Amino acid sequence: MELFWYVVLMGMLAMYVILDGYDFGAGIIHLFLAKTEKDKKAITNAIGPFWDANEVWLIAAGGVLFFAFPTLYASSFSGFYLPLIMILWLLIFRAIGLELRGQYHNAMWQSIWDKAFGIASLLLALFFGVALGNVVRGVNLGMVENGVSAHEAHYFFLPLWNPTFSPMAEHLGIIDWFTLLLGVISVLALTIHGANWIIYKTNSGLNQKLKGLIFKLNFVLLALVVVSLLVWHVIDPKPFRNFIETPWLWIFPLITFIGLFGLFNVKRWKKDGYGFLFSSLFLVGGFASTAASIFPNVLPSTNDVNPSLTIYNVAAHEYGLSVGMNWFFIALFLVAVYMVVQYRIFKGKMDDVGYGEH
Amino acid sequence: MEDMLFYDRMQFAFTITFHYLFPQLTMGLSLLIVYFKWKFLRTQVESYNYAAKFWMKIFALNFAMGVVTGIPMEFQFGTNWAKFSELTGGIIGQTLAMEGMFSFFLESSFLGLFLFGEKLMGQKLHFLTGFLVFLGSWASGFLIIATHSWMQNPVGYEILENGKFVLNNFSALFGNPWLWPSYLHNQLASVVTASFVVAGIGAFYLLNNKHSEYGKLFVKTGVIFGLISSVLVAFPTGDWTAKNVVKHQPVTFAAMEGIFETEDGGSEIVLIGQPDMENKKLDNKIAVPNILSFLTYQKWDAEIKGLNEFDEENYPTNIPGLYYGYHIMVGLGTIFIALMALAGVQLWRKKLYKTKWVLWAIMFMLPFPYIANTTGWYTAELGRQPWLVYNLLRTSEGASPTVSSGNTLFTLLGFVGLYLLLGMLFLILVGKIIKKGPEIVKL
Repeated sequence: MELFWYVVLMGMLAMYVILDGYDFGAGIIHLFLAKTEKDKKAITNAIGPFWDANEVWLIAAGGVLFFAFPTLYASSFSGFYLPLIMILWLLIFRAIGLELRGQYHNAMWQSIWDKAFGIASLLLALFFGVALGNVVRGVNLGMVENGVSAHEAHYFFLPLWNPTFSPMAEHLGIIDWFTLLLGVISVLALTIHGANWIIYKTNSGLNQKLKGLIFKLNFVLLALVVVSLLVWHVIDPKPFRNFIETPWLWIFPLITFIGLFGLFNVKRWKKDGYGFLFSSLFLVGGFASTAASIFPNVLPSTNDVNPSLTIYNVAAHEYGLSVGMNWFFIALFLVAVYMVVQYRIFKGKMDDVGYGEH
Repeated sequence: MEDMLFYDRMQFAFTITFHYLFPQLTMGLSLLIVYFKWKFLRTQVESYNYAAKFWMKIFALNFAMGVVTGIPMEFQFGTNWAKFSELTGGIIGQTLAMEGMFSFFLESSFLGLFLFGEKLMGQKLHFLTGFLVFLGSWASGFLIIATHSWMQNPVGYEILENGKFVLNNFSALFGNPWLWPSYLHNQLASVVTASFVVAGIGAFYLLNNKHSEYGKLFVKTGVIFGLISSVLVAFPTGDWTAKNVVKHQPVTFAAMEGIFETEDGGSEIVLIGQPDMENKKLDNKIAVPNILSFLTYQKWDAEIKGLNEFDEENYPTNIPGLYYGYHIMVGLGTIFIALMALAGVQLWRKKLYKTKWVLWAIMFMLPFPYIANTTGWYTAELGRQPWLVYNLLRTSEGASPTVSSGNTLFTLLGFVGLYLLLGMLFLILVGKIIKKGPEIVKL
């Protein structure tokens, strides 16, 4: 039962990464590359009717986390208090940036909301990567000091950083060089992902330039992924133990690298959707590999006093979990129907939709 | 520790109060939009379609505000109320997760289609998407009130040795006697807000001699919906809700009504007065004898327990706040019925559009349903104190153990600043839509 809800939760988070991921990427490209009004229009049209529904995956995943793994929800949301609230603020800026720019045809007004949308997207991509880094690195559960827990075994609190920015320090922070590395990887991967979405959904003048960009960024991404694997043992001495015990899990790293290497063909493809497919493979594969490497842990403990949080010690009670399956399948079916309807009505290129012209 | 709890409560109170300014309009307004769109399909009169699209634009703006301020609500259960979430997540997580899965996906998918898809889909499908948005927003309200009702009157649970609340009866969550009266009461209150906004903007157009055709349509529709909903919100749904409080939270009822002492031979109903907590009495009281006993038990001399009969440590934490919240809600509700009845009579006599002073009154009444809704919720929430889960889990036991008061104050200040900005932008944009008027709306 715990395993079922774990797969559901990871699946929903993976959906969120793929779907809202392209919105963040589009925002980053909007910030750095879109110079003309036409380019900006193309980008906002490409994500306009979708971003709001995409964000719902985060909210719904949060709901499932709360319901199925209440202890993990309580522990991680209070422990990562500051970055989570900041993510909320950034989500607000992203939303109003997108929705408000078209309300007045005034250059100053528009440039304010363009920047709000772009910068918020960039920081969100960074923060979500950092968040993943924090989860795999683990935290000082129970806030143990000199072998004594200051709080209950599953509670903690992390400041934004510590003076050394080291993931091995005694007093950890949210941002250290390891989590920041994952944050940068996230920014790069989502930029590529967003570029692929723009290519797929528009005929903008940017498309050729974006293909070149994807090709170049992909080298940097590959290099950083290799670096991250080399330094991974700093936070986890045996990162491959699960893969060695359960060999079928290798499928996740395999998918990751198919996605990553596939993207080098970006300039050769005749069909515009392939790039998006491969960057989605990379994101899902990377996310699943990371989750698999710490399984069944969901938040490792960095001390020897309190045990890591696993899917078994944070889950809700049996009855609630099993009764939840009934409504969940109905809801999932409905969500699939909505998505089919939505993506069919807004199929193809989005250049003529005129999003945001109120 | 005291500070920490104070800031946690302030942050939740502030963010939820601001948040609920928007859903309280959108839930009711979606009903009126569906009505306008349905009238258009039936009559093919273009102005109904323009009316539907005009209000849809206002809806969309409010909906966006509701979404961006709603996400922090879900997060704050974990960030600020971790202990509460840990202990009760197996139960309230159930209804909150259902809200995400059943209503947020529905609303967000079809709102986009309703806003941008009229030409792509044709009129009937366009009506359907509008209806689905309505359905999604009312489902969302239902699941939130189901969660709220469990906290007010916990059902279908057992408590384990480690203090965790565990669900043992799923359907009990939806058969909770607290749920249906509160849900209907709340939804009707939302229709009151929407009706007064529609009628108020209509009156504004008429008094300005602008978009007069729509002014009449909005005033008429708003008055009809407003009259029906403001009556039903009081009787029977408000009455049912109050009787639930009498039955399950008698100490709260005494505090709400300002009854410090049990009275022999029946309790009076207090219309006006200020609670004096030092001397345990009401100052400057105006009251009518025996009415409260009659309203509560249909007997003039029925006994209603005063605060003196209860243990002081179970008193609602803020009795004056609770008392004022309740009295403001009831007082405004009475005024709403009176105004809408008057406007209804004038409408029936076909004189409403020319009776200027009534139009002025309708226009100026626009903000007051927001106040009544907000104070109504304060009554419910302050009334539940000092408990998070009534009689079972105290508010002081629910906060996050590791988040310091300094960190909470930091984020509270951030929310205050950000929401101030949001509020200003909202007013500018909604003003712009109203100024443009229904016919220039192009979707």
